[in-house]
Amino acid sequence: MTDLIQRPELPDGAPEAALEEAVRHDSLWRIRWTLFKRSFQGNWKLFRSNKVGLFGLGIIAFWGLLAFLPTVFFATGYWTNSVYNPVTGLERNPPTVEVTLVAEKTDPLTEIDLRDVLLDQRIPQDLQIGETFLRPLQPAPPSARHWLGTDPLGRDIMSQLMHGARAAFGLGFIAATVTVVIATFVGSVAAYFGGALDSFFMRLADLLIMIPALAVLIVLGAIIRFELWHLALVIGLLGGFGGTAIVLKSQALAVKVKPFIDAARVAGGSHSHIIFSHLVPNVMPLSFLYMMFTVTAAIQSEATLSFLGLLNVKTSWGLMINLANTEGYLLQGGTYWWLVFPAGLAVTLLAAAFFLVGRAMDEVINPRLRRR
Amino acid sequence: MSRPLLEVDHLVMNYRTDKGDVSAVEDVTFTLHSGESLGLVGESGCGKTSIAMSLLRLVADNAVFKSGEIRLEGTNLLALTEEQMRQRRWSDISMVFQGAMNAWNPVYRVGDQIREAMDLHFRPRLSTAESNDRIERLFNLVGLNPAMANRYPHEFSGGMRQRAIIAMALSCDPKVIIADEPTTALDVIVQDQILQELKKIQAELGMSIIYISHDIAVIAEVTDTIGVMYAGKLVEIGPTSEVFARPRHPYTFLLLSSTPSVTGPRRKLAPLEGEPPNLLDPPKGCRFHPRCPWATDRCHTDEPISEDVGGGHLVACWNWQEVPEIGTLIK
Amino acid sequence: MSQPLIKVDQLSKLFPVSRGMFRKPIDFIHAVDGISFEIAPGESLGLVGESGCGKSTTGRMLVRLSDATSGQILLGDSQGTDDLVDVAHIDDSDMGKFRRRVQMIFQDPYESMNPRRTVFETVSEPLAVQNIGTLHEREERVTAMLQLVGLTPPVTFLFRYPHELSGGQRQRVAIARALVLDPSFVVADEPTSMLDVSIRISIMDLMLKLADEFNVSYLYITHDLAVARYMCDRIAVMYLGKIVEIGDTEEILGNPQHPYTRALLAAVPVPDPSFKKPDVQILGGITKAINPPPRCRFIDRCPFSQPICEVEDHPPLEDKGGGHFVACHLVEKTA
Repeated sequence: MTDLIQRPELPDGAPEAALEEAVRHDSLWRIRWTLFKRSFQGNWKLFRSNKVGLFGLGIIAFWGLLAFLPTVFFATGYWTNSVYNPVTGLERNPPTVEVTLVAEKTDPLTEIDLRDVLLDQRIPQDLQIGETFLRPLQPAPPSARHWLGTDPLGRDIMSQLMHGARAAFGLGFIAATVTVVIATFVGSVAAYFGGALDSFFMRLADLLIMIPALAVLIVLGAIIRFELWHLALVIGLLGGFGGTAIVLKSQALAVKVKPFIDAARVAGGSHSHIIFSHLVPNVMPLSFLYMMFTVTAAIQSEATLSFLGLLNVKTSWGLMINLANTEGYLLQGGTYWWLVFPAGLAVTLLAAAFFLVGRAMDEVINPRLRRR
Repeated sequence: MSRPLLEVDHLVMNYRTDKGDVSAVEDVTFTLHSGESLGLVGESGCGKTSIAMSLLRLVADNAVFKSGEIRLEGTNLLALTEEQMRQRRWSDISMVFQGAMNAWNPVYRVGDQIREAMDLHFRPRLSTAESNDRIERLFNLVGLNPAMANRYPHEFSGGMRQRAIIAMALSCDPKVIIADEPTTALDVIVQDQILQELKKIQAELGMSIIYISHDIAVIAEVTDTIGVMYAGKLVEIGPTSEVFARPRHPYTFLLLSSTPSVTGPRRKLAPLEGEPPNLLDPPKGCRFHPRCPWATDRCHTDEPISEDVGGGHLVACWNWQEVPEIGTLIK
Repeated sequence: MSQPLIKVDQLSKLFPVSRGMFRKPIDFIHAVDGISFEIAPGESLGLVGESGCGKSTTGRMLVRLSDATSGQILLGDSQGTDDLVDVAHIDDSDMGKFRRRVQMIFQDPYESMNPRRTVFETVSEPLAVQNIGTLHEREERVTAMLQLVGLTPPVTFLFRYPHELSGGQRQRVAIARALVLDPSFVVADEPTSMLDVSIRISIMDLMLKLADEFNVSYLYITHDLAVARYMCDRIAVMYLGKIVEIGDTEEILGNPQHPYTRALLAAVPVPDPSFKKPDVQILGGITKAINPPPRCRFIDRCPFSQPICEVEDHPPLEDKGGGHFVACHLVEKTA
């Protein structure tokens, strides 16, 4: 009888010839790259079918673009540093508003001059009833020159928002990478070797989970000059040795008992071979998922700390809200919406976007969650 | 001859998927008489479990009945409303699901779980005394100590759990029991005990049993009639002794030739080459032709029609006369 | 007589039944309890028994996936000339050499391959981790192996992932991986039990063919006596950590002596409705051997038990004639 072993179809015109060529002439890395591309295409197809995930990815791309735009604007001269610098920029010709004093009133209870309350103290004290003066409007509402208006110090909100996106991405990336590299390694090693090593790392993780992260960050912010990358590192270490390590360890444990680990041992594989060639690659998808969640957490922590003014950072979304608060505009968010909403929305959207992408990735990684 | 209890008449069932329709059950016809036991044998994915689920109408959401009928005492089950069907499930047709012995809820007593099944189906409900009495009789019937009814599932061994599952399937006096791989996860000795028990119970209660198994040897031991399924089609059906003595379909022949046995002369087995087809796109003509050593041109184009080769032994093969006597080595 | 390939002597494996964190375990499951057997070069031994009888644990000890509690495993070479090596005392530097000679095929074709590695990576892994050959040489070797196990043309399989293969194809890959180092001894742990019947025989035939070509001995672990009959020259029947009967396959099946073997054999379904099975009674169900008392292991289920079975320790394996060993007080010598 003839050999009729039926072969399942390979995805999209398999690049077998290229691979065959690669084995004969090239390194294992090129083979891996080709295979990676192949599996990436497959996974992308799956991811693409998830609308929520695509939406999240769209938001991330949108903020990515915004984070990049200032470079273009400054380079092309569309923006000048003196006006649009997010920290030192100043709009020297703000729009003005005509103020006419119609009556002088004093609050009967507190005897406070209501001029001080209703407008601000920038009204000349010698202004008489019926007189008009031109008050520079700072913060100014959105205009063609300042798309999202200016802040109380006369700086461009749009520019701050864009630079804030940079900070958020940088922070998120560092925090997530540190978390996941540590957690994947700690989780895999603890699961593989077990025993005292496992106990040590897991008790350490328990300890770190018990520590209220925000409280620690606040204390740290109060005693040291707390830079953005410090925050990234602290979030990364707390997550990497803490909760994420536990999650990835349980995943590694599930992988460790699979017969292919035994098969690798029988093949003669060393501990490091088994950990790095078998355990880690199978934990990796979950690592990436937690990377997304860590970014979300990092962005939120940054916003909180900056809002509390504990972070030594020049531009960030949290700081923008902080400024609105310290200058007394937070409770008038309805009127001075451009001071509060763009930054608040940015934090919410980007944090949510990474979370949504994480959820969608979960579906790619975890076939059980897939819809039929 | 009296009217059969259960008739499956030209049943066609597909699963709708993103990649197209999977032809899971294709034009399957068989009948089951009262007190009879029928075995459906085939490899995984051949459609035997799909048929079982169709009989209970517990098919997956994406299953579509294209045509055909399933008649229980003359009533077409496929035409019933969901509520009517719900009433018939368990009390008319019940099932021992594959792997059901691991599906006991660990936090409830086994007896209470059986009682729950009875409460759902007996109208009017049984009183506690009646249901206790019934559980006791059921446990005795399947060879379990009735005192075990007050125990939790983890206190049962695998074989005992499976016996309790059978007790649950029997609890509403069904006319037909479908046993889907009833002993697959069990050790041989326990498997043998349970199969003997089932045979005994069937003789005592006189109900019909449909056995579904991948193991042709198990089917050989417990059934009167055997149906062999391949790729969604019933390729051969007939009295068990007849089919085993003179398999007429090449697939049955090869399946029997490739089943090792502890009895008889030690012989070289004939392997069945290749693998079952993808049912998203089954082969044209006879679905077995790519693996069939006797395939002719006609098999590539025309679907074989079931033909009676004598004594209710039906074969769907153009070249059944070519299939040699069992025990003959091919090649 | 020439040296055996594998000589197992009084091999035991106890698993502690955990008793809290700091207390020393007092209760042990005697998974494998002082078993001894030999396998000659090129010969295949079937290790048969129900789940929990210790057959898989024995296999794992033979490939050093698990260390024996006591007893010896001695490994000879395929010509039967060299001295025997104690498997338990192979140090790290000689481990590679041991791995080249002893390999394993696992039960579950779906789980015994890393889903993120290609067929090429899987099959070449033993070569890669032991630094054998260049990438090019490995590729040639893997291609040749795939050809041998019937995955043709090999090039189309090299870069498949396990999920792109059927169960039978995966098991062929697993066989290729086990044989790529040209071992002399392979432990096969139920390699066909998860496959469909129609594929089972072709995998078994392939293993038989390759055993011949590579001069490999198998320890074939199975619960299925019919499969053991097809694959093995000799059969050992295990019950609760003990070998109760061992001998040539046809002798064991045709003339079973131990009550357990008889019960096991009688319970095997026979694909022949006209066959009248012998009615052999066996009591109860299988238990676990936790701190078993010194008496016959089978006594609780044996319908023939006598006072001697209760008083004396588990009977040793005795030759009842023609290399047919039985561990039962009540079986008389026949030759």
